[in-house]
Amino acid sequence: MKPIILAVHVLIVSTVATLAETGPIQAILQEHGDLIVKSSRKTIGPAIEAVATSGLPEAQSVLQAWQVKSIWMRKSDGLFFLGERIDSRTYRLIDFDTGGTVGEFPKRELKNIKPNSGIRALIGTALVQFQLLDPDPDRRREALDAIERSPDASLLAPLRNSIEGESDAGVRARKMRIERLLTIAHGTGVDERVAAIEEMSTDLGVDVRATLNPLTRTEVKAFAGEIPDGLNVARRLSPGSDDLPREEAYALLVATGLAPATVGRDAVREALIANLQDDAAGGVQAGELGADEARMRAYGVLARAGAVPPLVTEAEIDAALDAHVFAAVYAEASPAVAAAAESALARIANRVGLSQGADLALDALSLASIYFLAAIGLAITFGVMGVINMAHGEFIMMGAYTGYVVQQFVPHHTVSILVAAPLAFAVTFGAGVAMERLVIRWLYNRPLETLLATFGISIALQQLAKNIFGTQARPLTSPGWLDGAWVINDVISISHIRIAIFVLALVFLGIFLFIMHRTRLGLETRAVTQNRRMAAAMGINPDRVNMLTFGLGSGIAGIAGVAIGLYAKVTSDLGADYIVQSFMTVVVGGVGNIWGTLLGATGIGFLQKGIEWFNPSNTLAAQTYMIIFIIVVFIQLRPQGLIALKGRAAGN
Amino acid sequence: MSSLLEVSGVSVSFDGFKAINNLSFAIGDAELRAIIGPNGAGKTTFMDIVTGRTRPDEGRVLWGEANVSLLGLSEARIAREGIGRKFQKPTVFEDQTVLENLLMALRNARGPFQVLFYRPTPGDLDRVHELAGEIGLMDALGRKSGELSHGQKQWLEIGMLLAQEPRLLLVDEPAAGMTPAEREHTTTLLVAAAKSRAVVVIEHDMEFVRRLGCKVTVLHEGAVLAEGSLDHVTANRKVIDVYLGR
Amino acid sequence: MSQSVLARNPSVLVFLAILGLFTLGVTLMSEWAGSEVVSTSFVKTLGKTLCLALVAVAMDLVWGYAGILSLGHFAFFGLGGYMIGMWLMYERTHGIVVSSLAEAPIPPTEAEIVGAIGNQIFGVVGSREFPAIWAFADSLALQLLFVVLVPGLLALAFGWLAFRSRVTGVYLSILTQAMTLALALYLFQNDSGLRGNNGLSGLQNLPGLDHVPQSSVSIWFFWASAGALALGYALSAWIVSGKFGSVIRGIRDNESRVRFLGYPVEAYKLFVFTVTAMIAGIAGALYYPQAGIINPAEIAPIASIYLAVWVAIGGRGRLYGAVIGAAFVSLVSSWFTGGQAPDVNLGFYTIKWVDWWLVLLGLSFVAVTLLAPKGIGGLVDLWTGRQAPDRHGADLGPDAGSLREAEAER
Repeated sequence: MKPIILAVHVLIVSTVATLAETGPIQAILQEHGDLIVKSSRKTIGPAIEAVATSGLPEAQSVLQAWQVKSIWMRKSDGLFFLGERIDSRTYRLIDFDTGGTVGEFPKRELKNIKPNSGIRALIGTALVQFQLLDPDPDRRREALDAIERSPDASLLAPLRNSIEGESDAGVRARKMRIERLLTIAHGTGVDERVAAIEEMSTDLGVDVRATLNPLTRTEVKAFAGEIPDGLNVARRLSPGSDDLPREEAYALLVATGLAPATVGRDAVREALIANLQDDAAGGVQAGELGADEARMRAYGVLARAGAVPPLVTEAEIDAALDAHVFAAVYAEASPAVAAAAESALARIANRVGLSQGADLALDALSLASIYFLAAIGLAITFGVMGVINMAHGEFIMMGAYTGYVVQQFVPHHTVSILVAAPLAFAVTFGAGVAMERLVIRWLYNRPLETLLATFGISIALQQLAKNIFGTQARPLTSPGWLDGAWVINDVISISHIRIAIFVLALVFLGIFLFIMHRTRLGLETRAVTQNRRMAAAMGINPDRVNMLTFGLGSGIAGIAGVAIGLYAKVTSDLGADYIVQSFMTVVVGGVGNIWGTLLGATGIGFLQKGIEWFNPSNTLAAQTYMIIFIIVVFIQLRPQGLIALKGRAAGN
Repeated sequence: MSSLLEVSGVSVSFDGFKAINNLSFAIGDAELRAIIGPNGAGKTTFMDIVTGRTRPDEGRVLWGEANVSLLGLSEARIAREGIGRKFQKPTVFEDQTVLENLLMALRNARGPFQVLFYRPTPGDLDRVHELAGEIGLMDALGRKSGELSHGQKQWLEIGMLLAQEPRLLLVDEPAAGMTPAEREHTTTLLVAAAKSRAVVVIEHDMEFVRRLGCKVTVLHEGAVLAEGSLDHVTANRKVIDVYLGR
Repeated sequence: MSQSVLARNPSVLVFLAILGLFTLGVTLMSEWAGSEVVSTSFVKTLGKTLCLALVAVAMDLVWGYAGILSLGHFAFFGLGGYMIGMWLMYERTHGIVVSSLAEAPIPPTEAEIVGAIGNQIFGVVGSREFPAIWAFADSLALQLLFVVLVPGLLALAFGWLAFRSRVTGVYLSILTQAMTLALALYLFQNDSGLRGNNGLSGLQNLPGLDHVPQSSVSIWFFWASAGALALGYALSAWIVSGKFGSVIRGIRDNESRVRFLGYPVEAYKLFVFTVTAMIAGIAGALYYPQAGIINPAEIAPIASIYLAVWVAIGGRGRLYGAVIGAAFVSLVSSWFTGGQAPDVNLGFYTIKWVDWWLVLLGLSFVAVTLLAPKGIGGLVDLWTGRQAPDRHGADLGPDAGSLREAEAER
């Protein structure tokens, strides 16, 4: 019973629909009905275009419905509607033109139009022109994002049309910029494109380069005889030159089917094995085939018998190369556009080079700040006091772990850093004082023993950190306001944390100068360093001064550890990674002189970044060369090591 | 008389301070000479320049009959040329025996390979014993030199200098910290040494200089103030000014 | 004075006798001799320890006698290992390649064999070409020469630069450490030509002697190591015994005084530095075939510092001290880190020696430096009655490397 009732119902409704006036959008859809139903990416173009360019207000909703697979065709008359699901078997159809409900239909009387992903992308592109005019600026921005993702020639006209009425200044600027890029890629006239290229040739954006690059792309092609007209030839190439080595040229001929393939050694071997009969090939016993000469002889015999392809001789290769012309051909058809793109890219490359130089300098500066931070404590203990402390790196590590532990108790990042810095100073100050009292003071005029003893402390502390905190890296999270970067342009940017470290380095420099030159401790430290006995005679307690100075240097290392921990992961090897560079920084700059340390850090930072820039793929090689360079510089410039003492002081 | 060592127009400054200022000085073969002068007069720096430890900013230092320039030669090379130096503080190799110290100083080939295959000849040992007798350390040959008394170390160092057989001996305050008897012995050693070679002695102690009985050069502010017999220079007005203060 | 070196240094004879007895004892107790007392792997450990003792003797010569705290001698040790490792790896791969290619229907050409060896050796670093430094890898004689020559030449070049500029004391130490670091970083690169961080492996197999059991190979290497140590010890004793020894000890305590005696100090330092680098190279060439593998991590600066630690713990400035230090620390270290040492249960915490050994080593090292500068060698003094001079704490010379009061002999 039920099917019959339904059938009658359908009949009535469909009749009503057919009777109704067919709207303009429906007419367009009907016109391309077959294409729409067939749904192939290759053929669907005209249908989408017809809807999109119809100028009808409903076009957008049709495309949107199409894209989300909500268009249904009524099988009875082939008309298209927007379908709304009521339940799994019944759909409500809505007319596109009127927006009115046509009725409810069982699913089996309808056919869903299911565009595949390729078609959906095409529809999406067509939709962009509507989104460009959408009242919501966010939608317009989305449309621009879509254009940037897939710059399509068909979007050029709608984009241009949408600029006029754009009210939002930011969106308008973006629209104009993308319009220029689209013009470069897809403009209709050569003049128009060249003009756009000229206009964009000062822009450093990656998208500009991405747009220009395809225009200058060339492909090496081989031609028998002359190069046909109509090709945009970049330059002719002669085989055997650097641009086109002989082997490559011949391989090109082989690949384009213009010459027979050469027979390599492996191929000869395979062929001989394949033609091995009665333990011999080409009349040569298998046992003798362990020599090139015998193999060639056997292969020659086989080739003459026609069993294998003949060898290509050098003379034949030369002849083939002579018979052909090689040229690099632009993919872009217009010579004027290609030339303009070449020169624009060259100009951009210049500017990018300058910007990269500036970026590199910033990078180097921040690396220098890190080295300076790592070395400034050492500038006190080693530079001023002359104590070789191999455990200095471990003090940095202790500072970083202090920061980590504090963050376990104080979840607020800014507060935790503010707590950690003085605490790290206190911890490493204590460790430094303890070490000075227990070990170093017994070894003041024994630098080599100091080196070895502090090395013993260093390995003990490292292992201790491993035992307590484990071998995996511990995070030290920076406060939110230190996240992000200061972006100057597409090439130059520097993260806030690096700026903070730079500032911190300057602050420490100031603190160092203040303590050494403006405080009693600094005065006494310098006195004790220069002449311990005399200082003692003046009423200075050298033991106390040494202890405090060493503690101060160690404490600064602790604070530096907190800063470095924010920038790098906290591990037990953290300090060891910096110790050699720190010593180099102090030594290269000149022991006992904070400005020298600053200079040393700057020099090493810039040097390392410079070497990395020359050889970006191989940081190991960069480090190797840097160390060798520093060794040579050190040997040549500071042969005395210490500030070269002159006169009587250098005596006995 | 041709001179053995001729220093002319030498100047050197350390960080702006002129330690030696246009100094000229000459000494002949087999001459004993004392250099006196107040602290900071440039006496030790003068020795530093002659022995190659300090490079002068300007001037010439010529050596021997062939007038070889000593500037630019290494300390070791200058020592091999025949200039021996004794430091103010006794510097002997304290971890080694008196015998080893003297053997090392003995005039023999100095290259590492010759030294590696060197074994002392009877002649060498005789010479060492002779020297040990001269410096009064005959009984101490097998002792570590670090165990010697201050004066004995001074003598050992003089013995080492003599073992080098230098043509010029530069001796910096040899009598400092010695007992009167030790001074006596030291004077004898130096006077004897000066019979066959040139000896330059730096000394503060006028009494010691008087006993040496030789020509005296007075240095002041890096230049020669006066030269002559001790009586002559002590009568010099400028010298008195320098020593007593103006 | 005309007595022979051995007569003047009875300790050399004692040492050689003990070494001989030890070698004989281990040989008789080894699996090679049919005994079960000393396993083959322990024979290898002992052989390696002898090699470490040899490099420690070299270190003592350069540091204990000449006062140059070199933190680069383990680099020379590693280079020696690399040189012999190249031949071992090449020849062994050659054998494998030839036997596998022999199964093909037609015999391989020379170029195919070399290509296949290259592929086999350098496949791990994404290459198949032989770098130029492997040009002589097929010649045992040349590679053996390189074992001595390459470390020697590197030491000569580096030493010439550094000594000529009169870099001394800790600055020289840091510089040698930087040299070692640079070498290690260089070798870590894949295109260094020595297989990057993979290093050279399979060195325990002697080419052409596949049928010989490891128990025999291990004892051969043990003998070779003992022989090398005996020769190296005797050579070092001879070098330090005569006037040459006087001069380098003089350089250690008071370099400028030696200079004013007319000795070309730089030439002496260079000689000692280079000769000890060569000894280190030989020690390495014997060590790594017993270890089986060498990689750049072995050369890292820390290894050279450990070398100094061994010598200091054994007692520097006396050759047997270096041997005792190297043997004691490396054997104890492998005992602790090998997990053989029993854990200590404190109730609230269990001390696992695998974790705590380095802490103990570091602290004991500080203790030795501070409290017992003579190291383990000081125990010998209790027996021989050797006493330190009373110098009120003064060192024996003004230089950084000079002997301390406690280290000297009265």
